[in-house]
Amino acid sequence: MDVLVGILNYLLFFSITAGVYAVLALGLNVQWGYTGLFNIGVAGFYAVGAYTSALVSGPPPGALDWRVFGGWGLPFPMGFAAAGVVAALVALLIGWITIRLKEDYLAIATIGIAEVLRLIIKNEAWLTNGVWGLKNIPSPWFQPVQSGVTAFLAARPQLPGWLVSLLKGAYSWVYLGLLAAVILALYFLVERALRSPWGRVLRAIREDEVAAAAQGKNVAAFKLQAFVLGSAIMGLAGSLYAHYARYLSVEKFEPLYGTFIVWVMLVAGGAGNNKGAILGAFLIWGLWAGTDFLTGYLPLSDVRASALRVVLIGVLLVGILLVRPRGILGEEKFVSRLFKG
Amino acid sequence: MLAIEGVSKRFGGLWAVRDCSLTVEQGTITGLIGPNGAGKTTLFHIITGFYRPDRGRITFRGEDVTGQSPFRLFHKGLYRTFQIPRAFPEMTVLENLMLVPGNQCGELLWNPIFCPRRVRKEERLLLRRAQEVLEFVGLAPLAGALAGTLSGGQKKLLELARALMAQPKLVLLDEPGAGVNPTLMNKLAARIRQLAQGFGVTVFLIEHDMDLVMNLCDPVIVMSEGRVLTQGAPAQVRTDPRVIEAYLGGQYAVA
Repeated sequence: MDVLVGILNYLLFFSITAGVYAVLALGLNVQWGYTGLFNIGVAGFYAVGAYTSALVSGPPPGALDWRVFGGWGLPFPMGFAAAGVVAALVALLIGWITIRLKEDYLAIATIGIAEVLRLIIKNEAWLTNGVWGLKNIPSPWFQPVQSGVTAFLAARPQLPGWLVSLLKGAYSWVYLGLLAAVILALYFLVERALRSPWGRVLRAIREDEVAAAAQGKNVAAFKLQAFVLGSAIMGLAGSLYAHYARYLSVEKFEPLYGTFIVWVMLVAGGAGNNKGAILGAFLIWGLWAGTDFLTGYLPLSDVRASALRVVLIGVLLVGILLVRPRGILGEEKFVSRLFKG
Repeated sequence: MLAIEGVSKRFGGLWAVRDCSLTVEQGTITGLIGPNGAGKTTLFHIITGFYRPDRGRITFRGEDVTGQSPFRLFHKGLYRTFQIPRAFPEMTVLENLMLVPGNQCGELLWNPIFCPRRVRKEERLLLRRAQEVLEFVGLAPLAGALAGTLSGGQKKLLELARALMAQPKLVLLDEPGAGVNPTLMNKLAARIRQLAQGFGVTVFLIEHDMDLVMNLCDPVIVMSEGRVLTQGAPAQVRTDPRVIEAYLGGQYAVA
């Protein structure tokens, strides 16, 4: 029984991480899947959202902290909203400067910007506490859930051990529920926004910018809208990560975990398909976690094993693309669903 | 309708268009011919805002539009098609057309989210119009096909269909007949004539197929080496010795 509880708790932790990635993949789908914006600075917007939420909803600086700013302890929904808004504002500023760049140049610009943001977080300790990270970020409704569970267990001392350990982890179920609700809401919002004349213009821009301009579309304005919306969603993912992990450190926002994996998820799941983005997040995160077990059995040092995981994921992506070049779920033929029925 | 005065465009050391002046009168089908490299397509790019001229002025319906961006010119009633068709390949033929009309309320991000009913109503109107246009050009059976799967001639028809969806005042057609088989060519010519006479759209077209030009266009403007060589009725242009010389490369012999 204890083993089963352990597995269940692992699955829970796994699903929450994958869920955060699903939100990131949805954001990237607006940018790349629909509009063809080559953003390889996902990690930057993810980090901006995470730190914003932590500063807005987290505790004030302690005696040993370097930071002198933030920690207003506002409720989670406000931190969550602020994460989206600040990420959107950063995207607006960056996009206003770079959005006219063609595909590959935008890629170079965004990877540079994500690194700049990461270095700012690392070095501007007055704001972000630098390499010491942000601690004790509150999880929403953690206290009430936890005290409820404690009271419940105190009243029933005869419960079997496995049930006790299962109930002690009850908060994760609550958080998973919250995350699922957010993913569902974002999915419907994004579907509604994209499966429309607005999304049709985005796909036209992805297909041929020059021709889209000839059809009277203000290409730069539409690209900027898609860039800002996608980045805001990435910011929300940052908030969801921060309030579950409860501790932020800058290494979590390095390109491998913050950008590269999200790209693999979207491309494998099916760029241009929102269901594909979510599916890809769970599938690739599952395989990524699987490779951890796999490389554990090999007689390799940790450094080599983790390098091998990246290779395995790369091989896997090639495999998926050979069999299904458009990802597991390809995009649907008609963009707008508003003219039927 | 359209007036071009002293327009020049240089690429490095080459004047692609040099001190070019011409006018297109309302209600005409004006043809633009000339040997390869005469600067016809460059001139079209300049008129529609894809290139900025180094010198000169472009007036459209009495307004100076020199150097305005393509999407703004679209909304003023100026539409252009491409020499090599530029359909959106991963979109259906139907949505290639539904995309075109300007100022759709569904193109504002918040409308599909907050007022889907209004967008739905507009979409149904667009659908009906797109279906009519598809019937008109004869692409109706392919409405649900991805545009990338069309043949070269069908793509040309799609370009023409998009021009109809745009409902412009003036349409610039860049070689509408290139790569189109003779049967389809007759149909194409009939559609262009209908566009001008039935829908009141002024047409300005580049074409190498002399049969099409002579049948359809009046007046015909001839360009050579970036300048206007001559212009006039088709019969008159056809017999002009300067035109024949230009096509046969006589200018190099003289030089």
